[in-house]
Amino acid sequence: MYKLSACSSMSCGISLPPKMILASLRGHKQGNGRCTNVPRNVNLEKLQNNYLFPEISKRELQHLEKYPNAKVISLGIGDTTEPIPEQISLSMANYAHALSTAEGYRGYGAEQGNQVLRKAIAETFYKDVAIKDTEVFVSDGAQCDISRLQLLLGSKVTIAVQDPSFPAYIDSSVIIGQAGDFQDKTGKYQNIEYMQLGPQNNFFPDLTITPRTDIIFFCSPNNPTGHAATRKQLQQLVDFARDNGSIIIFDSAYATYVSDDSPKSIFEIPGAKEVAIEISSFSKFAGFTGVRLGWTVVPEELLFSGGFPVIHDFNRIVCTCFNGASNISQAGGLACLSSEGFQAIRAVIDYYKENARILVDTFASLGLEVYGGVNAPYVWVHFPGSKSWNVFAEILEKTHIITVPGSGFGPGGAEYIRISAFGRRERIIEASWRLEKLFSMGKSPLLTV
Amino acid sequence: MSLANNLSTSMFSSSSSAFLAPTSFNASRTRSVSVPLKSLNIVKCVATPQEQQIAYKTKVSRNANIAKLQAGYLFPEVARRRAAHLLKYPNAQVISLGIGDTTEPIPDVITSAMAKKSHALSTLEGYSGYGAEQGEKAVRAALASTFYGNLGIEEDDIFVSDGAKCDISRLQVVFGSNVTMAVQDPSYPAYVDSSVIMGQTGQFQKDVEKYANIEYMRCTPENGFFPDLSTVARTDIIFFCSPNNPTGAAATREQLTRLVQFAKDNGSIIVYDSAYALYMSDENPRSIFEIPGAKEVAIETASFSKYAGFTGVRLGWTVVPKQLLFSDGFPVAKDFNRIVCTCFNGASNISQAGGLACLSPEGFEAMQEVIGFYKENTKIIVETFKSLGFKVYGGQNAPYVWVHFPGRNSWDVFSEILEKTHIVTTPGSGFGPGGEGFIRVSAFGHRENVLEACRRFKQLYN
Repeated sequence: MYKLSACSSMSCGISLPPKMILASLRGHKQGNGRCTNVPRNVNLEKLQNNYLFPEISKRELQHLEKYPNAKVISLGIGDTTEPIPEQISLSMANYAHALSTAEGYRGYGAEQGNQVLRKAIAETFYKDVAIKDTEVFVSDGAQCDISRLQLLLGSKVTIAVQDPSFPAYIDSSVIIGQAGDFQDKTGKYQNIEYMQLGPQNNFFPDLTITPRTDIIFFCSPNNPTGHAATRKQLQQLVDFARDNGSIIIFDSAYATYVSDDSPKSIFEIPGAKEVAIEISSFSKFAGFTGVRLGWTVVPEELLFSGGFPVIHDFNRIVCTCFNGASNISQAGGLACLSSEGFQAIRAVIDYYKENARILVDTFASLGLEVYGGVNAPYVWVHFPGSKSWNVFAEILEKTHIITVPGSGFGPGGAEYIRISAFGRRERIIEASWRLEKLFSMGKSPLLTV
Repeated sequence: MSLANNLSTSMFSSSSSAFLAPTSFNASRTRSVSVPLKSLNIVKCVATPQEQQIAYKTKVSRNANIAKLQAGYLFPEVARRRAAHLLKYPNAQVISLGIGDTTEPIPDVITSAMAKKSHALSTLEGYSGYGAEQGEKAVRAALASTFYGNLGIEEDDIFVSDGAKCDISRLQVVFGSNVTMAVQDPSYPAYVDSSVIMGQTGQFQKDVEKYANIEYMRCTPENGFFPDLSTVARTDIIFFCSPNNPTGAAATREQLTRLVQFAKDNGSIIVYDSAYALYMSDENPRSIFEIPGAKEVAIETASFSKYAGFTGVRLGWTVVPKQLLFSDGFPVAKDFNRIVCTCFNGASNISQAGGLACLSPEGFEAMQEVIGFYKENTKIIVETFKSLGFKVYGGQNAPYVWVHFPGRNSWDVFSEILEKTHIVTTPGSGFGPGGEGFIRVSAFGHRENVLEACRRFKQLYN
């Protein structure tokens, strides 16, 4: 069965660029006094488009309307497809049943997360780096945590992001008021520092030419490029942050996809506890994209410039703007971290990694420049001289495969396509076959070399 | 180790998970900074100490907005006091009528649906990944028909969430820092606190116990817990909760009509918190959208927490009508949708499966039974305090009883009650200066605990 990422009929219904909708609404507004006098948040006005992934969903739906019988293969939004291992879902089912009993009923949990789960996370992922359970905050996912961190930091900090990067860092920064205006010429927000990544710098920014910002978002293994920073690179990053008094927000959502000896946590780097926050997620680790569970680590040693512990303020945000992850999801999370559960999850991760390998091989055999796919479930393919939305459209039109255009991740992604490796094996193989047909024998205008 | 092993079986303590606030979260936890040697002017040959314990600080400034907050969020504070009390009296049979935490098991029909969804996630046909950020279609449709059937609110006006408290903050993110807001005084603290965090307020003014730039609409027995709108300054946003937490007051149709008119006249947006609507005993409106014209001035948030005991499961919703427009004509719902897509990733699919079951005829009936149980608790508590000669408010349309202790400091009364009866309540001043002199007693609890608590109240106050 081909599953679609559903999206609201409202967000899908908009095909006009936002500015045109506004103009047409203004026309309606005049004279009928139906508007409130509440000004729209200027920060939201600065956002250029819809959030990237609902936009991809929208295109998928439009394509299906055009070709109702097409067997669309979604290698776009990184949505997991394989069932959750039984012992984990059983744990959640049992917990749900227990909520119907006097002994098993639970109401509000600690906003920071169930203590047993926090301990298990600390022990499973941070045992050798001495992160305490009290430094682990369980959440409903990294995307939500990113915004909560922005609320914590406020509008007056400056940020740096990798370019390309997961769009939530930039978008949440714009929303909270840090980013300044969008500059059409460069495709960048004025106040954000974009640290360019590419094959030319081994997908690690040249920190010698990077200006200081308060915050540095850094994702490794990287979405979308798939690159996992080396220990040496991360030491440079930590030293850079230390020298500049900056805070790194390290996104380790794909850590369990690491195949080589690249660090899985920023806290493996000496000195990181005083300069870094780490966010992570059960989504790609355990197939919890719909179940909703993640965590953020804020070390006690991390201090604001006046000496105030960041963890104190993050705790306040968590207690005020959040009410804890679902207790059922947390029960599932705990089962994921049992040795049996973890083993079962490893098998699913390996399944996706094999998918990635197949996709990498396919593109490599076609003579395309392909990156990633080794330490992350994303394959990053270069189409030199192209515009990524055009490549996206061409692939979709000719092979009914959804990908993600690299420019959705920032100007640094302009000539690239991200292919995600989540999917049933037979679909991945079918997709590979279709791509081979498209790109072999010079059939595609996208192959300009 | 499974979570099931952490079951508490104590009869008297609330079965809700005791939140043990990490006692390390206070300023004294900062590593002490020792004086660096360079401050000494003496030049001497001395062996320098092995380590200089100077705590490394980043150069990132603390968010000034968070610095404005006076203390911890109210309910963790109450929990801290409860935990401290238990340390002092380890054998005390503490009864929690403080934090409004549900205690009764969730009806089978609802948990079975959640268990079924969990199992399905292990199958090829039943597995689902990311859901729509706005919520599953079926849930949105069921919410529309159950709560807004004949009110012209449609499925796509409804956004499913992980709870009203989270939605309040997401709404603040939509509004941004350049709007002004009004709250009832007293009110649920998340409105004020989220406003401070967002940067909408000035500093806290200790003399009046209010944040500058927030309009506090005093609600007292004298004005029937409905503000005198003629004395309320215009603000962009008006938070209004009915049935009210903490006072239990339910606004009448006439009052809400005036509120909607007030919002219309001022071009304001009402954020209407209807989390306790199903506790209504009287004939008052349960949704702001029962008032004509409300769709152009109001947003409504609601929650499964107090209906289905979903305080830990996490599920709620917010209605943003298409007709609600910013001053430039831009639909508020479009911006809310953008926030939901960017800052959130949907409520848990398992919780949503539970929500759908709640809205089935069987599930809804079962929910009503549990609500009825808590309402009976409320009645018992009201009668107790009345019989002791107290002026008692609320309790009729909400699971909260608002007891007046004229002339007394509410934290003192809270402490006295805790010390003398081992009952946790919530001090009224935690809800704003208008709550001073009141105590909120919540009616969630096992019947025997509520009865025992009332016995102890009678002992203390007779």
